Amino acid sequence: MSNTVFAPWDDPSERPLIKFQNVTKRFGTFTAIDDLTVEIFEREFFALLGPSGCGKTTLMRMLAGFETPTEGAIDLAGQNIAMVPPNLRSVNMMFQSYALFPHLSIWDNIAFGLRRERMPKDQINERVSEMLRLTHLEKFARRKPHQISGGQRQRVALARSLAKAPKLLLLDEPLGALDKKLRQETQFELMDIQEKTGTTFVIVTHDQEEAMTVASRVAVMDHGKIIQIATPDKIYEEPNSVYVADFIGDVNIIPGTATPSGDDTFAIQWSEETAPLTAKSAIPFALDETCHLAIRPEKVAITADKPDDATNAVQGKILDIAYLGNSSTYHVELTNGAVIKAQTANTRRISRRAFTWEDTVWLSWTATAGVLLAS
Amino acid sequence: MTRMSWFNTVSLTLGFAFLYIPIVILVIYSFNESKLVTVWAGFSTKWYGELLRNDAFLNAAWVTIKVAVVSSTFATVLGTMAAYVMVRGGRFFGRTLFSGMIYAPLVMPEVITGLSLLLLFIGIGLDRGVLTIILAHTTFSMCYVSVVVSSRLVTFDRSIEEAALDLGCTPSEAFRLVTLPIIAPAVISGWLLAFTLSLDDLVIASFTSGPAATTLPIKIFSAVRLGVSPEINALSTIMIAIVATGVITTSLISKRQVVRQRREEQEAERS
Repeated sequence: MSNTVFAPWDDPSERPLIKFQNVTKRFGTFTAIDDLTVEIFEREFFALLGPSGCGKTTLMRMLAGFETPTEGAIDLAGQNIAMVPPNLRSVNMMFQSYALFPHLSIWDNIAFGLRRERMPKDQINERVSEMLRLTHLEKFARRKPHQISGGQRQRVALARSLAKAPKLLLLDEPLGALDKKLRQETQFELMDIQEKTGTTFVIVTHDQEEAMTVASRVAVMDHGKIIQIATPDKIYEEPNSVYVADFIGDVNIIPGTATPSGDDTFAIQWSEETAPLTAKSAIPFALDETCHLAIRPEKVAITADKPDDATNAVQGKILDIAYLGNSSTYHVELTNGAVIKAQTANTRRISRRAFTWEDTVWLSWTATAGVLLAS
Repeated sequence: MTRMSWFNTVSLTLGFAFLYIPIVILVIYSFNESKLVTVWAGFSTKWYGELLRNDAFLNAAWVTIKVAVVSSTFATVLGTMAAYVMVRGGRFFGRTLFSGMIYAPLVMPEVITGLSLLLLFIGIGLDRGVLTIILAHTTFSMCYVSVVVSSRLVTFDRSIEEAALDLGCTPSEAFRLVTLPIIAPAVISGWLLAFTLSLDDLVIASFTSGPAATTLPIKIFSAVRLGVSPEINALSTIMIAIVATGVITTSLISKRQVVRQRREEQEAERS
């Protein structure tokens, strides 16, 4: 039993499995990928996250070999594969539409790649059976793709792309077509399979919850650039920009100007009528430098009376309540007109809820609750 | 079952009457005892017997079938290739011009196509016969095949081909093992279309046929000019029967396939 945390990206002696070096991809005048450099390590579950059109799919298609970079090099295990055609790469892809071969049975779909390798027949049988077991599809081996459900098709696509034991597996929005409940189950199944097979996974998704659940590291992309690469908790707790903070989860962004007050602490002047806020930040800000304070709603406490010991406390009126079942988000309008969201867990029944619309409440948070971001 | 309104009933009857009365008359008179086509003299199948003893007709029928099979096969190969390039080739120089040129023969008057081919064959000194008819039919029916196949390729999920490449196929293997089996129904209907077009073509065949080879439509046309005989009626009835059987069988098979696939999909979703 080893307790070492899986973090090859922090180990300078580790060699990355994939290395994008100053890769640029242009389609005509449109730049899909803009001078991008990234390293992905063996056994990683790497998520590319971003809105549609941010270049994440282009990045994945370059890994698969369906697009060639306009500039730059892509190394796979130390070898530049930028110009290698898809059929000669040890990379397999699971397509968003699953792309199963409709004229072949499930068994033949999974065996397809192995047959292309001219693998001996008994080995093919063994490998396909293993894949069917791994994805719980033994019963469906003889069926055609149209004879099974959407969730089963998704597993066939996974089994088919894993059958050749690729160095790298690419997953293009793999769970997009499934309903929410099945998607959550399948996320855990994917992680389980990734761990069992030890394959490096790169997943493309626009669903931030999915990326946070499955990935060892998440890369948030925008306009062909990677904005931040970090573990899911770092991305959430320590976003490096307003864009990332806003893209991942719910957040309050309070713009203001910083005044250093010693010991990594800053006073943030943000409104004429309200006292400055206090926040700690490892990144230094100069006097009067504009900054944004990003605070997650669940880190903001909501109380009826002003808390005595709170570093930051503001008063406001409840404008809206979003009841989500397990939690509620209160939209509180402050005296200066700004709206701040506060989230609390619904540990009591709804009839016993303490606050309702138009109530005057106090919002409070600590100096370390938020992150101070440059604009 | 709802009752049809009188208006719909009348429209339906009129429409079908307009389409089928001439054909029904033709079929009925093929069983006429009399040599005169317009006078009914009792039921007989003797003209069918006569037909089987008429070597000129049988020869023409044989030429027609030979031409139709060979030319529709060539047209299918060429038309499928053209369709594949048009749909999958991406944007290459002159693509729009090329695609326009593929479809142009669809609206080109047959007389002009026939004449131009005739001039070409004379120009290169090719004797007119079975070969020239095959070449001519391949030329004009390949664009029909290309239309049928490209309409299927447009709706074809491209990622299925990419999956084949991803799993280790060369582009030609991907076409042979994945694309072709999936578009096979469109390729087959393209072939059938080319086959029927070749079977009943008169204009282009009359330009490109020679004394050595006559197709059935030419034979019928020239025989009719000497006077309609019940033999022609018998021959036409046989052709109608063959075509009708083919059309009905294929449509029944494809309909059953669609129904079965839908049922299986529903069962899969329920389980």
